[in-house]
Amino acid sequence: MGDCADRGGGVGAERVQRGDSGPYITVYNAQHEELIEEIAPGFTEETGIDVKLRNGDDFELANQLVQEGDASPADVFLTENSPAMSLVDSRGLFEPLDQRTLAQVPEQFSPRNGHWMGFAARSTVLIYNTANVSEDELPESILDLAEPQWAGRVAFSPSGADFQAIVSAVLDLEGEAATAAWLEGLAANGEVYDGNNVVMEAVDAGEVDVGVIYHYYWYRDQQEAGENSSNSALYFFDDQDPGAFVSVSGAGVLASSQKQDDAERFVRYLSGVEGQQALADSYALEYPLNPQVALDPPVKPFNELEPPRVEISGLNGPKVIELMQDVGLL
Amino acid sequence: MTVDEATPARTVGNPRTGRPPLLLAAGATVAALALIPLGFVVVYTVTVGPDEAWRLIVRPRVGELLFNTGRLVVGGVALSIVIGTACAWLVERTDLPLRRGWHVLLAAPLAVPAFVNGFGWVSLTHRVEGFGGAVLIVTLSYYPLVYLPVAAALRGLDPALEEAAYTLNHSAWGTFLRVVVPQLRPAILGGALLVGLHLLAEFGALQLLRFPTFTTAIYDQYRSSFNGPAANMLASVLVLCCLVLLLGELRLRGHRRYARTGRGVARTAPRHRLRALTGVALAGLSTLVVLALGVPIGSLIHWLVVGSSTEFPLGELATAAATSVGVGVAAALLTTLLAVPVAWLAVRHRSRASTLVERSTYVANSLPGIVVALALITVSIRIVRPAYQTFALLLLAYAIMFLPRAVVSVRAALEQAPPRLDEVSRSLGAGPLTTARRVTLPLILPGMGTGAALVFLAVVTELTATLLLAPIETSTLATEFWSASAALAYGAAAPYALLMVLLSMPATFLLARHPRRLMTP
Repeated sequence: MGDCADRGGGVGAERVQRGDSGPYITVYNAQHEELIEEIAPGFTEETGIDVKLRNGDDFELANQLVQEGDASPADVFLTENSPAMSLVDSRGLFEPLDQRTLAQVPEQFSPRNGHWMGFAARSTVLIYNTANVSEDELPESILDLAEPQWAGRVAFSPSGADFQAIVSAVLDLEGEAATAAWLEGLAANGEVYDGNNVVMEAVDAGEVDVGVIYHYYWYRDQQEAGENSSNSALYFFDDQDPGAFVSVSGAGVLASSQKQDDAERFVRYLSGVEGQQALADSYALEYPLNPQVALDPPVKPFNELEPPRVEISGLNGPKVIELMQDVGLL
Repeated sequence: MTVDEATPARTVGNPRTGRPPLLLAAGATVAALALIPLGFVVVYTVTVGPDEAWRLIVRPRVGELLFNTGRLVVGGVALSIVIGTACAWLVERTDLPLRRGWHVLLAAPLAVPAFVNGFGWVSLTHRVEGFGGAVLIVTLSYYPLVYLPVAAALRGLDPALEEAAYTLNHSAWGTFLRVVVPQLRPAILGGALLVGLHLLAEFGALQLLRFPTFTTAIYDQYRSSFNGPAANMLASVLVLCCLVLLLGELRLRGHRRYARTGRGVARTAPRHRLRALTGVALAGLSTLVVLALGVPIGSLIHWLVVGSSTEFPLGELATAAATSVGVGVAAALLTTLLAVPVAWLAVRHRSRASTLVERSTYVANSLPGIVVALALITVSIRIVRPAYQTFALLLLAYAIMFLPRAVVSVRAALEQAPPRLDEVSRSLGAGPLTTARRVTLPLILPGMGTGAALVFLAVVTELTATLLLAPIETSTLATEFWSASAALAYGAAAPYALLMVLLSMPATFLLARHPRRLMTP
């Protein structure tokens, strides 16, 4: 590997040029920047390792890593949702994580191969306009939204990775035929918006009766000014319904990294008690996955959720895209 | 052409139609750089194979996107031409009160990024979503690209031709259509081409307005993680749309030359009296300014006031602002320099080769930032790895994306600079370089300034390529705005957007202030 030597030289030169004295790791970060910026200082204080962030969207940075291949300057990759992790893993770009690191969160939140792990979670919810919809009208299952009585009343954002993760959970739990039928009903009933926040605004403004989003959009808006959430409420599906699906933010170490020990330490810190507490204390309102840490009220406690069990690494495969393309949602 | 006989020492080509090899080499190099993203798209398309490509291109969704993209470009360009030309005529050729002030206000929407405009409108009312709202908002954001060149051209027109038309009993309206509009054609077409290219690549505003086009669909496909090939397939259709625009503009432009060759200095044209229509004109312009400037700025101020996340982290604001201005100025200089040989070839050495070079530089502008960025990642990490994620590469990416803004401006200036002045200079014994430096360059400097200002405005609001290609830990106003608004902290996002608008104002004023000598050489 002649170019390994080249790369080593390159990194050294880079360091001299930047005038950095201490060690650092490079994190390609698709999680919210503010969130990681609240967690990283604790890591630097504990280890003396500086954390440099390159921020972007899941899909942007995942595609960037694929194009960079083994020449990537990244040491760690963090995402909002798991599909981008699966994309990078499918190209063999991750170094398997240490068992001790993986053991810090329940095993269902990491892929079986242990190439990366979950460190935060968001729950699927149904937001409903409290003036237009009464509580007893709410559906028992997310699959009911394809029924005729919801025609023109459902808002969702099919282009986002968030919704695609939900579809893949449905596919995993209900099979291809049921998923195709559900998507068809949803495409007929639904109002397509771009972005969960836009779905939330539309439901809150009474444009549409209900919408499929993640829990933290609504809680955060309540925290901001409540402008887009004061006329609406959240409904959590339960009983392992596909609509109770919990999506996982992932962390992984790149196989091409020259600093794998430091990178692994960062992932261990992120999923450990201190990192998870910093996550819980932040504005983000995403659920920490380490069982020793919990979010404060009014957010519905994580241990009261009843998510379905799905194999996380199989989410959002090409099949999901194909099914969504077939009904014209993509 | 007595000049040719007077300079027998001339060594390379005919100065008007020949192809000086150095200039052509420079132009070809710029064109090759600008074509990198296209190469990336083509290679992807080829590796996918014809069957899969056919499946991805011929499906209902693509038809819908083609229809949407087509009507957005046609609607947005047509409306921009009407609004831009009408405003330019009011400001330059009538006795409208407060013309200087209106001129600045009409150019100012350029300082408001389209996605900030879209954000302002959507937070006001969701009724702007869909086709009607999309055309309205992109027009409000981009009509100055027509207004500015047309206003400049109107100011530079020699009224003698119009007076001749009047003496031949043409009405005012007839004179405008038959005499003025044809002379404005390069300015209108150049502006319209820029608007069209921007609409092909527009992403942020259209996403907010829920109006899917090829560019928003390309982002969607990339977001679907496994779909790089499908995304690039859509990009190749986008390139075809761009080629249609380029050929269309080329056809409509024709082969006329528009430099004024009369003796002496053109007089200022007399202004039409609006009389009773003054009120109507003022009301129309006020409405336009409120829609294009009032709404987005009002919305940002609203968020500053109500958002609980509103804060003024002065250090971060200052760092981001300094970086934005720094890369903006550097990219503006680089892009304008690269545009000079291209425009020079296109105007002074017209040939198939020079047209090809010039048109090549437009393609990347119609491609979404994600495609350009991934193309440069792929190429640079393999070929110039030490330059990967350095400012040098970032500036090159900006130059590739925004070259057309500079090329169009420099070309317009060159077209109005009579080649005869160069010939006179050469006949007096000056060499080609001295002539370029002492005669032509001073004439096109204002055009270069216009191009640089337009590039600066685009760079300050650029997001995707900045995120992927900037040196690590670089923060600009656009990346900070994106980061805060992605976290739904609109209050925290607002100061960055306002600062973006404020810092863009000087460039806008520069654009609004045409030195008279620019148009009356």
